[in-house]
Amino acid sequence: MSIRYFKQLGVRLMLIVGALSAGTAWAQDEAADAFIKRMSTEVLDIIKADKSMRSGDIAKVVTLVDMRIMPHVDFQRMTASAVGPGWRQATPEQQKRLQEEFKILLVRTYSGALSQISDQVIALKPLRAAPEDKEVVVRSEVRGGGEPIQLDYRLEKTPGQGSGWRIFNINVMGVWLVETYKSQFAQEINAKGVDGLIESLAARNKSNSKKN
Amino acid sequence: MCSFDFLGRLRSLACTVAIICASSGAWAQTAKPANLVDPFEGINRSIYAFNEILDHAVMRPVAVAYAEFLPRWMRNSVTHFFGNLADVWSIPTNALSLRPKATVDSIKRVAVNSTVGLLGLVDVASTLDIDKHPADFGLMLNRWGMPSGPFVVVPLLGPRTLLEVVVYPFDWKGNLANHVDDVALRDLLMALSFTDLRVSYLQAGDVVNAVALDQYSFKRDAYLQRRIYLQNDGESSGSMDDRP
Repeated sequence: MSIRYFKQLGVRLMLIVGALSAGTAWAQDEAADAFIKRMSTEVLDIIKADKSMRSGDIAKVVTLVDMRIMPHVDFQRMTASAVGPGWRQATPEQQKRLQEEFKILLVRTYSGALSQISDQVIALKPLRAAPEDKEVVVRSEVRGGGEPIQLDYRLEKTPGQGSGWRIFNINVMGVWLVETYKSQFAQEINAKGVDGLIESLAARNKSNSKKN
Repeated sequence: MCSFDFLGRLRSLACTVAIICASSGAWAQTAKPANLVDPFEGINRSIYAFNEILDHAVMRPVAVAYAEFLPRWMRNSVTHFFGNLADVWSIPTNALSLRPKATVDSIKRVAVNSTVGLLGLVDVASTLDIDKHPADFGLMLNRWGMPSGPFVVVPLLGPRTLLEVVVYPFDWKGNLANHVDDVALRDLLMALSFTDLRVSYLQAGDVVNAVALDQYSFKRDAYLQRRIYLQNDGESSGSMDDRP
């Protein structure tokens, strides 16, 4: 076998490897910021096009958020972080209830805020992350109202192929959602235990649903 | 001469703040060590309750009426106008914080918005992707290593850090609206800016009241986080570990 043969083999191998890696890069979905842009634009467009949602049909917006956004949120991680050290002391049943009540609370309020949006647009800021990063912060800005509102997301890459990104914390104007709940949750747990916290969340949800 | 004077003032100010912060720290140790950032929680909660009552009686109704009376584009113009004045004050405070990009961006924003943006009524700069870098005197001192001190609730004004309260005269002077000679006009501008600020929190306030288990600690924690965010020039800390 000549050297030329080896050279050709080398070139072919390189081509194959190149094609494969390009293929997987393509299959590994979109970048985190592209994902946020697509998702928020889709949801905003649906709300803008729907008159009943814009005039305050919260139940309809809740359904939309449940269908379009919640599948992309790692709610267990979010609840666990907010509850803090108390999370590991909680039984699986308590963890499940905590997650459910916290989810109702956040979805309802998020929907309330969304339904107020009129002519705002989402502008994304440059993503500062390496392609191999498993966790990234996507920074965006809501424009078109008064002052621009900073809206950042923390996302994790989900393992496995083609499953994309999941949000596990949101930052509004410099305030992380999870961190803001931490001391309130700790306060409740210290005073009344995990069950006390679940009860407080449930009570909050009940009074919120009466108002709407 | 002027700058020397300024430095001297700054130094005496720094001493005052350091003494207040240190003594409040000592006070906190003798009291129960409930929350390190909020040693005055008891007093703060009382003032917070008082502010809430006043807000529901006066500020909130005024803001609601204002929001209903004026069309959205007009309200946005008012917001942008005061935003532009804030950007003016962000120029020296960012410069003294040795943040070249934030300083240049603030200059660009004021230049664009005051001219093409019709005296600040239109926020052209944001659409041109010139970022806003909010800064004030307290943030500038933070940048030089001065701690913010404990959290305080000020009657009428609401949440602040002690440092912000102490340096308030500087920020007051830094607001161009306070240099208007005509008293009636100046009062009008002040009332308008307070109302504008309250309107911007109408929706957020309702959201917080709906989602908070304890409104006071929710607002306190959010406020302090926002201050830290501003200290980092609008950089939400990406390194924060929020695993359980």
